Amino acid sequence: MPASALSVPRVILTNASKRFGSTTVLDNINFAAQKGEFISLVGPSGCGKSTMLKMIAGLHPVSEGEVIVDGMLPKDAREEMAFIFQEANLLPWRRVQQNAELPLKLRGVLKEKRIETARKMLELVDLSHALGLFPWQLSGGMRMRVSIARALTLAPKVLLLDEPFGALDEMTRDNLNEDLLRIHERDGWTAFFVTHSAAEAVFLSNRVVVLSANPGRIAKIIEIDLPKKRDAPLRESPEYLKYVAEVSHAIRTVH
Amino acid sequence: MATFKKKFLSASLPVISGVLILGIWYLVSYIYGRNEGFDVQRIIIPFPHQILDALFNERATLWIATKQTAYAALVGFVAAVVVGYALSMLLASAVWVKKALYPWVLVLQMTPVVVLAPIFVLWIGQGLPSITAITFMIGFFPIVANTTMGLVSTDRNLLDLFEMTNATKSQEILYLRVPYAMPYFLTGMKIAGTLAPIGAITGDLFAGSSQGGAGGIGFMVILYNSQLKIPELFATAFVACLLGFVFVGCVNWLHWYLLKNWHDSVRKTEIS
Repeated sequence: MPASALSVPRVILTNASKRFGSTTVLDNINFAAQKGEFISLVGPSGCGKSTMLKMIAGLHPVSEGEVIVDGMLPKDAREEMAFIFQEANLLPWRRVQQNAELPLKLRGVLKEKRIETARKMLELVDLSHALGLFPWQLSGGMRMRVSIARALTLAPKVLLLDEPFGALDEMTRDNLNEDLLRIHERDGWTAFFVTHSAAEAVFLSNRVVVLSANPGRIAKIIEIDLPKKRDAPLRESPEYLKYVAEVSHAIRTVH
Repeated sequence: MATFKKKFLSASLPVISGVLILGIWYLVSYIYGRNEGFDVQRIIIPFPHQILDALFNERATLWIATKQTAYAALVGFVAAVVVGYALSMLLASAVWVKKALYPWVLVLQMTPVVVLAPIFVLWIGQGLPSITAITFMIGFFPIVANTTMGLVSTDRNLLDLFEMTNATKSQEILYLRVPYAMPYFLTGMKIAGTLAPIGAITGDLFAGSSQGGAGGIGFMVILYNSQLKIPELFATAFVACLLGFVFVGCVNWLHWYLLKNWHDSVRKTEIS
């Protein structure tokens, strides 16, 4: 990674804590993500992975400490960020095309421009044939693709993904992972990806952050030193499997 | 062809039961009115054909009465929808507003409209304004209760989505809360639509007057009853029933039309 990119981290968490009432969900998180990094957040349930993501998004303001995104406070950096939710989170009364257009519409982008952008992004996730369909007419995987396309229309610098593929079957999930990496390579956003799956985390990330629960702390950061270009055959390679075992072990043993 | 047979059978069932009911009606009417003779009008339970006769003879009067009632029902219903929606928006705008006002909306609802009716007449006088006000009161609450519920129960994740795109409050209302609450609102509207003709007839019982040739359906009920015109009374009931069907039919159509593309309550089976 070039030195200039290293010098200005895209996302910085400094002594960031989050409390809900008297429960500390996240305690003293220090972490910095460089431009273009793909970071996965894993850990036992209740460790605050999603909370950390929403803290970066500014949806859950920090109780203590600081989060800086692209040099700004999260709420001011919203234009640089897009959030992909656990469920596809589409508006059921809007067709695929209109769903993808929604963020641009809300930002007041002109109609022609937003139609074009949405169409391009839907093409990127192989949904050109489904523009006129309603969400209920799509499979779970397709719905997620719309959700991804919708996030990409904003050309984000930081993409926050909250366990987006958790509800999908393994094959669909693998395909979407590969697509996500392909788009990441193209666009180079910084990703924070919450998941329960060690395999998914290893496949996607260059760093995996393992959180411990009660309160959530960073227990371990595992660098994934695999080739940047990753595809299906990688899943059978011994190096990959070794990393998966390491991450699984770390999730199991943190307290 | 099997499906055709099935469809034919299921369509003919209500016809068969209708014929049966008609038969029983004739039987009961015959037994009860044995002493009255066949050609004499039957007081307690008139023959169905006597009711049809009455309907035909009184058609001009009943038509005017129906128009009056339909008009009052429609105006009261529309007012309930508009005012109800506006109040729901207000109630959903902030938690403290709902806390402050909702109990009083409930108090108003818990007071039976039939008790309020004479008070309305006292305030606004006999005739259409009072009847409309009574219809409004009856349809108003279901709209408010349902719409408010829809507006405040908007999916947390969808709200987060809008927040992430820095959507303004009015965008959130227009593009998220209002469509999200639509099924709730339409459910309230269905209930209000069912109640509207009932409200107008109830209003008529208290505030109906014969100015302009005829009162509404409720007025005719009182009139026919006092004159012991029982077949005419049944004919009036028949007309009121038809009016109810028309009203509910229109609202149900609207419900279907607005939600047909996306909502579980109306759309066809899932493809995938």
